[in-house]
Amino acid sequence: MMSSTIGLAWRMLRRDWRAGEMRVLAIALVIAVAAVTSVNVFTDRIEQGLEQQANALLGADLVIDSASPISDAYAGEGLSQGLDIVHSRAFPSMVMTEDDSQLVALKAVSDGYPLRGVLRITEQLFAPDHETTDVPTPGTVWADPRLLIELNLNVGDRLMVGALTLPIAAVLTSEPSRASGNLFALAPRLLIHLDDLEATQLIQPASRLKYQLYLAGDEATVTKFRPELENKLQPGERLLGIEDGRPEVRKAMERAQRFLSLAALVSVVLAGVAVAMAAQRFVSRHLDHCAVMRCIGATQPMISKLYTSQLLVLGLVASAVGVLLGYASQAVLVSVLGDLIGASLPAPSFKPALWGELTGLITLLGFALPPLIRLKNVPALRVLRRDLDGASMSAWLVYAVGIIALAVVVFLQIGDVKLSALALGGTALTFVVLALFAYGLVSVIRAMGHKKMGIAWRFGLAGIARRPAVSVVQVVGFGLGIMALLLLGLVRADLLGQWQERVPVDAPNRFLINIQPQQVDAMKAFLVQRGVTGVDLHPMIRARLIAHNGEVVEAQAYDNDRAQRLANREFNISWAANLQKDNELAQGEWWQGDDALNSLLSVEVGIAQSLGWHLGDTVSYRVAGQEFTGRIYNLRRVNWDSFQANFFVIGTPALLEKYPATYITSFYLPDAQSLVLNELVREFPNITVIDVATMMNQVRMIIERVTLAVEYVFGFTLLAGLMVMYAAVHASLDERIRETAVLRTLGARRKQLLQGLITEFVSLGLLAGTVAATAATLIAYILSTHVFELPFELNMSIWVIGVICGALGIGVAGTLSIRHILGRPPLQSLRG
Amino acid sequence: MVGLAKLWPLIQVRANTQILNTKFLIMTTIETNSPAVVLNVSNLAKRVTSPEGPLVLLSDINLTIHAGETVAVVGASGSGKSTLLGILAGLDVPSEGEVEVDGTNLFNLDEDGRAVLRAEKVGFVFQSFQLLSNFTALENVMLPLELAGRTDAQARATQVLSQVGLAHRLLHYPKQLSGGEQQRVAVARAFAPSPKVLFADEPTGNLDHRTGLKIIDLLFELNADSGTTLILVTHDNSLAARCQRQLELIEGRLQVGKLA
Repeated sequence: MMSSTIGLAWRMLRRDWRAGEMRVLAIALVIAVAAVTSVNVFTDRIEQGLEQQANALLGADLVIDSASPISDAYAGEGLSQGLDIVHSRAFPSMVMTEDDSQLVALKAVSDGYPLRGVLRITEQLFAPDHETTDVPTPGTVWADPRLLIELNLNVGDRLMVGALTLPIAAVLTSEPSRASGNLFALAPRLLIHLDDLEATQLIQPASRLKYQLYLAGDEATVTKFRPELENKLQPGERLLGIEDGRPEVRKAMERAQRFLSLAALVSVVLAGVAVAMAAQRFVSRHLDHCAVMRCIGATQPMISKLYTSQLLVLGLVASAVGVLLGYASQAVLVSVLGDLIGASLPAPSFKPALWGELTGLITLLGFALPPLIRLKNVPALRVLRRDLDGASMSAWLVYAVGIIALAVVVFLQIGDVKLSALALGGTALTFVVLALFAYGLVSVIRAMGHKKMGIAWRFGLAGIARRPAVSVVQVVGFGLGIMALLLLGLVRADLLGQWQERVPVDAPNRFLINIQPQQVDAMKAFLVQRGVTGVDLHPMIRARLIAHNGEVVEAQAYDNDRAQRLANREFNISWAANLQKDNELAQGEWWQGDDALNSLLSVEVGIAQSLGWHLGDTVSYRVAGQEFTGRIYNLRRVNWDSFQANFFVIGTPALLEKYPATYITSFYLPDAQSLVLNELVREFPNITVIDVATMMNQVRMIIERVTLAVEYVFGFTLLAGLMVMYAAVHASLDERIRETAVLRTLGARRKQLLQGLITEFVSLGLLAGTVAATAATLIAYILSTHVFELPFELNMSIWVIGVICGALGIGVAGTLSIRHILGRPPLQSLRG
Repeated sequence: MVGLAKLWPLIQVRANTQILNTKFLIMTTIETNSPAVVLNVSNLAKRVTSPEGPLVLLSDINLTIHAGETVAVVGASGSGKSTLLGILAGLDVPSEGEVEVDGTNLFNLDEDGRAVLRAEKVGFVFQSFQLLSNFTALENVMLPLELAGRTDAQARATQVLSQVGLAHRLLHYPKQLSGGEQQRVAVARAFAPSPKVLFADEPTGNLDHRTGLKIIDLLFELNADSGTTLILVTHDNSLAARCQRQLELIEGRLQVGKLA
């Protein structure tokens, strides 16, 4: 009997599908599942890539990482345990040709690098590459293809690296622990042998260097050795395992996954609304069917099983189609974002498919099962008394159950309770605000109904006014998708553009770092001679935070990411006798007279807030093995947009000038004088020049790409919004068919009715576009003025685009979906 | 002569005895061959509450119907015909009284129990046909058979549709059929499970006179072939006259027609 029930359910599903009953439901589900799956497949491929290359990403099984020289004892112990050892040093530096210079990420390695993963090189730029177990021989370099392109070089050409001039022996196309992608690589890689480093004379006291010791061996030894190593680490040293490979990629991908998931989940919300509306219509059209079935012998459990089975089958099949579409469409995400992280991504696993099916089933059952299951309550007596219903369910209850289902989906996707709650709350608030706004506009339309206007307008606007609730849902559903895309477009174009334009024309566009104390006067003279005046050089010390008000600082004790990062890494602090021009005091006073002889600190307001510091607190740091403590004397605001060199923490000269420091400065150099930099690097080869414009372009490129990816995912939201519109249209289809039949009977021509339909849907689209453009503008205003602190400029093209998209989108789709009823003979409709 | 006269009383008694015996035999035969009771109604009443106060729809209904009978329930509009039909079929519950269908007390069963009974023993034909619009003619007739779990649903449905003259319309949807054809599908659906009782509520109400006659002919034909008891609700006196019994409902009370 069970199998015959399922067989009957399958046959009923096929019959209902033929009649078009389930199509809106199914398509809405396909869109929602495709959106979620495309995001999940993309992030799954990234995660798999990171997992598969875990060792290779690190270049070893264990790495000790430090800003100070690493004790030889570690290497000695590692060797005694039978582990392989490699040393490296890495730092940004300038390299030069005869005519040009370029910032590079220089890395000096000993033989055997990497201990895990391989290097790939080629002997000619753009030629096919191959694996190698070697490193550059002493006296040669291997260069990133980007460096060769920037400097117009090839293998065999020579590069000035500090005091050495070295031939390029190969093009380095791939290296573990560093993708060839653009996201995290500000400067191209230059690989040299460790033996050459000293001869370059690039290493100076207090130079910013990363020291790394790589270790690898059999798993048992590494596992045993790791805790021993961890116990011996000094402050400032950290031990990385394979799970720490490419932390910047992992963190970025986690954020991207959350962001993209939130975008995909908006599609799920709208799909849920479309499913609920389609389910309500399905129920109302099946009341008679159920009454007949009850009459001819179907029991209530049988009815429940029939409809639940139909839903399950539909959910499984529609979700499967959505999953396939998701797998296909994630290729777009990979093409937009993939090259930012470099390396080819492995094929996806089946996990996203399972998640997609689960999402689809939960959404469908959450929104459709509650109304459908009530069909079992339809009394058989309805065959004789059609006023009997028994299956009606409050719309609020339907949506309440659906929202619970949605909360489950959101939590499963995001995996964080707080963020899930914020996402749901934010979405609900957005819906409510948009719905209120839409309702206001619909009310205006209703009021217009009394005005004299052409018959097509009257038909069309009356159509909106007669069904205000449905009209509001359609406007909000479609408007949400348009709003998201308009807002992202605004962010991508306007806000980023304004951010760049806001920078004054003569704002510093070059930073110099790693200036040695003995080079300060010579540097000033050099710049002055070349017309660069008013340049301030600031001392910079690398210091590690160790205590606050006498208590040892533990990074884990802070609950926000920023504070943890600040507590974990080294600070760049400075000293100064006077307050910098682009700083202003927020609390306290600047040190004057004898105060300047005390151990005082000035702290930037934002960082003080993050770390919970106040005026009068004491803070302790360690610098080059020595410790000092200062009292917070004032809090200041920094104008970071000035592009001047600035510091979170500044001390009195009395407190800090005894510690080893390098100097840093920034200045404006017109493009016409860019060759000055070549002279500078030639004269001061240890100095690193950072081009601010390049950095800003890099940031802008990343933001644009990410925004594009999010826009792509919001495209699904637009489609889901269309399904809401279809569902709403179909919900009123019977009513419209009867209305049209009566109007035709009373003499309305087909053309008049068609014009009325077009008017109705174009007007709905105009409303949707208006709501979308208004909301997008408002959010952009808040972002501009309160988040980015930029002046807000009204962009009228948003309105034009929004309104046109809305009018066209709903106008065309709505009219096409319902045009067929005009061809129906009126008598057929009136007879029912 | 005297001997014959003395014997006459004996002959009379013997003859009377034989006559009595014969009568007894006949009566016994009649009783043994009399059709089973397929519907037994006792003291049925239905009351509802309306804004104007309690409303008596049916009162003091007692009725016995035998297998194979054709019975017409007639009455003016609002007399309670459809209410009575609903209760007899187990679609509604009375305020008082009992209904037994083929020996089973309907209201000792719950709603699902009555549904199962209907699947096994009861067929329906409605004024508005009540075909499922998404199902073809064949699928509509198959439905009660599928619900009952019969594996020969398609074969049986095809056979019955052929019987009602729609062999060439198996795959048509209701909207592609005329009113008469739709009602024939409904009749086929009702007869397909070979029910004991068939209820028809104004089966010709939505049809023109000529088509209606054809439908009625079909109903009686199938009734004769299958022996299904036919209970018709109608306001058409000519249709009622074709039935073996006529029961008239006047203000919720039953008046019996030709036979009690």
